[in-house]
Amino acid sequence: MVGEPLLELRDLHVTYPSLQGPVRAVRGVDLTVRAGTVVGLAGESGCGKSTLASTVLRMQAPSAQVSGEVLVDGEDVMTMRWGRLRAVRWAEASMVFQGALHSLNPVRRIGQQIAEPITLHEPKTTARAAALRAGELLERVGLPANRARSYPHQLSGGQRQRVMIAMALACSPRLLVADEPTTALDVMVQAQVLDLLTGLVRDLDLGLLLISHDLSVLGTTCDRVAVMYAGRIVEEAPARAVFADARHPYGKALSAAFPTIGDPASRRAPRGLAGDPPFPGALPVGCSFEPRCPSAIGACSSTDPQLLPAGPDRQAACLRVAADGSWLSPEPTRQETP
Amino acid sequence: MSALLQPAPPTPAKVSLWRLFRQERGGMVGLGVLGGFVVMAVLASVLVDDSALDVTANVMNPELAPPSPQFWLGTDENGRSVLALVVKGSQVSLLVGLAATAISIAIGTLVGIASGHFRNWFGGLLERLTDWFLVIPFLPLAIVLATVLGHSLLNVIAVIGVTSWPATARLVRAQTLTVEARPFVERARALGGGDWHVMSRHVLPNVMPLVMANTTLTVAVAILSETTLSFLGLGDPFAISWGSMLEGAFVSGAISRGAWWYLLPPGLCVVAVVLAFTLIGRALETALNPRLRER
Amino acid sequence: MLLTARRPRAGLMPYLRRRLLAAVGTVAFVVVANFFLFRLLPGDPIGLYSRGRNVPAEQLVKLRAELNQPVWEQFFQYVRNPFSSTIDSAQFSRPVWEVIGERVWPTLLLVGISTLLATTIGIRIGIRAGWSRGSRFDRVATTSTLIFYAMPEFWLGMLLLIAFGVGVGPLPGIFPIGGISSPGVDTSSPAGRWDVAQHLFLPALTLTLAYLAEYALVMRATLLDEVGEDYLVTARAKGLMDRLVRRRHAVPNALLPTTTLVLMNLGFVISGAITVETVFSWPGLGQLSYQALRGPDVALLQAIFLLFSLSVVALNLIADLVIAVLDPRVQS
Repeated sequence: MVGEPLLELRDLHVTYPSLQGPVRAVRGVDLTVRAGTVVGLAGESGCGKSTLASTVLRMQAPSAQVSGEVLVDGEDVMTMRWGRLRAVRWAEASMVFQGALHSLNPVRRIGQQIAEPITLHEPKTTARAAALRAGELLERVGLPANRARSYPHQLSGGQRQRVMIAMALACSPRLLVADEPTTALDVMVQAQVLDLLTGLVRDLDLGLLLISHDLSVLGTTCDRVAVMYAGRIVEEAPARAVFADARHPYGKALSAAFPTIGDPASRRAPRGLAGDPPFPGALPVGCSFEPRCPSAIGACSSTDPQLLPAGPDRQAACLRVAADGSWLSPEPTRQETP
Repeated sequence: MSALLQPAPPTPAKVSLWRLFRQERGGMVGLGVLGGFVVMAVLASVLVDDSALDVTANVMNPELAPPSPQFWLGTDENGRSVLALVVKGSQVSLLVGLAATAISIAIGTLVGIASGHFRNWFGGLLERLTDWFLVIPFLPLAIVLATVLGHSLLNVIAVIGVTSWPATARLVRAQTLTVEARPFVERARALGGGDWHVMSRHVLPNVMPLVMANTTLTVAVAILSETTLSFLGLGDPFAISWGSMLEGAFVSGAISRGAWWYLLPPGLCVVAVVLAFTLIGRALETALNPRLRER
Repeated sequence: MLLTARRPRAGLMPYLRRRLLAAVGTVAFVVVANFFLFRLLPGDPIGLYSRGRNVPAEQLVKLRAELNQPVWEQFFQYVRNPFSSTIDSAQFSRPVWEVIGERVWPTLLLVGISTLLATTIGIRIGIRAGWSRGSRFDRVATTSTLIFYAMPEFWLGMLLLIAFGVGVGPLPGIFPIGGISSPGVDTSSPAGRWDVAQHLFLPALTLTLAYLAEYALVMRATLLDEVGEDYLVTARAKGLMDRLVRRRHAVPNALLPTTTLVLMNLGFVISGAITVETVFSWPGLGQLSYQALRGPDVALLQAIFLLFSLSVVALNLIADLVIAVLDPRVQS
């Protein structure tokens, strides 16, 4: 089912000034999230995915310089007037933060916090009506309505995450951005929360941008996955394709890090990747992944690959991936791993 | 901190505390001002002739006279030069403040570490003691102690030291609890480290930076306390300090005679020195905890 | 209703019971310390008591009889009723608690008004400075409050007195220079009240400025602690205006540690009262303390110390109560 695009990022660049020079956190990202779908954004810490998420509601740091377009339901968030932006926030797109203790106001009851955006965006709603809606929202996410009277510290991590989701739905937005919603949760609770999210997407025809460093979280819930590295999308394809058959060497390394139960080839050891992601303020010339890439060739250190088609319905940013998705083998200068 | 709004900062190389402190402008100003006063105090005995401070020797001078070419800051009720008194007074004011702080910090650190370390009745008793002392208001207690012990400089030092250690103790205790919760302390214990070993080798070094920052702020309070106690007449009647000058001004009716030159200089000195220590303390705290840089 | 029904939280009562117990413990400590401290006085207690004063003979007889009792008997007598008026003040030749009773009201008036003004103004300054960190207002406010914080409050009082009470150079001496009212004025009449107000102005101004500096600095610091917190990000993402984010989310959280810190420093309020009342000859407990320590009027000092300490203990207990009610995280 092809829904209309709820979020479109077009050539997004985000740069922070710093004492050591400009830090390019996001370098030319194009991304689309359609209604009724879940798009995953994967990457290690520091790759720019949280910065990217912050731009959807124009919540990035005040010192950050942004270029490109962030279209929420067709409107560019970056050029909106302040009043329009505040109306868009939460009512058209909302965010699900990590449900850590500090994402919620510790001294207010969670029911009040869920009701707050309701009374803010729909001023005609009475306090009573808002409270009732808050209760309904809690039930929708699987919590009893009387939990509304609790304070955040009285809830478990999983319950707080559900509260964050309930709160995000308060004004019936079409677009949700979930930034690491399952980090710091037990695996069982993780699964419940992910089920909840995918169920909501299905029932309410939402668009969900799911951000996580944990590829296993994205593999089961997303329709499409974009892999981010050093501020750029290096691979974008249907989720299954990324997980089972990545084209970009980084994507391959990420998915190979998870051993397949039952596959003798994985039994020896899951293959990690040596080295660290580059510091965004000191990116190498050429492909930013080249220093760690097991398949790098000579051209990689001088040419910065663009995100180009790499097969039907998928893209990759690698010099060695052809337009039909096949792997190119020119004269190697390093040890290869096709 | 929300990852959403801050890019991951580059991990800094190990910078020395001095380098970090140097970046704090307030702290450097404070250090400069303090340096000036320390020089003044050290040179006071040289700069100021004893005869200028002698009550009988200056009887011929006009009393409570306004500033003039002869007496730049005027004279007090005994005809003594206010300027001479101010310079000489820096010695006592600074010395008492520092000495009292030394006592206070020593007691406070000891009690703080002990009450945080010993999780038995002993630690509990120390904690109770700290809380009790914290609640009792400073000045009434100081007045009582000074009355009981007598009016002398040594007693003032003792009184301030004995009444101000709880604040440090409480801080150190909280820090001790934090430090001892860390795994390396558990490891030290498992390796057979006794109480003394853990407290001196592991807790103390980790507590010291905090104590240092706290010390400068304690000195500021101690100097204010000495000024107050001297003003009330609880200090040594023959010692000259900025507080005793204010007492002199008050008791001799300088106010009703409009002798502002007697009042202004000692107070300004107190403000300058206390402010200097406060700025240094805040700069130290910021250097140790960069998150506070936003102050 | 779902969100507004209030029931006492589960862990609240045991917590308050514990605080009450601790307070009682402190009171016991204070009473015991008070008793023994004064017995530590070197020299002849009778001589000390009657030094330079014309003490009536029955007083001396009473005192000698009491001191001849064994120490623990004296102790029990004292503990049974610390507020008994058996011993008179040496200076005033009247029961100690009678003298104290007369001085309570002026102190409450002065300290009460000053604290009220200092709290409301200081907290507002602190909030504005903290929220707009680095702005001109913040820099000016922080520098000014640091300077006032470094000032001995009695020095400030003397300066104000000399400038506006006595008048120096171009500054007018329009305020009275001491006391609570002009002689011969009936303080209950409207004109009398106005007279008291005039006398109140300078000392109240002094104390207000002295207290205000601390409140502003503390409030600013606690607000800055909240400024980086995640729940404020959530609040902004919901579309709240900056003013509401501050007022509804940041400030309530910051006020809790502010209240704690402010109430931990009640001794500051008392020492301010003592010195400032002395400077302005304000006939309250503070000036009484000054007169008592000049003697030294031992009986009076003992009683004043007891009163001050008990007041602080009581106020701390009330503060614990208030914070426990306001902060939902306080439980068993």
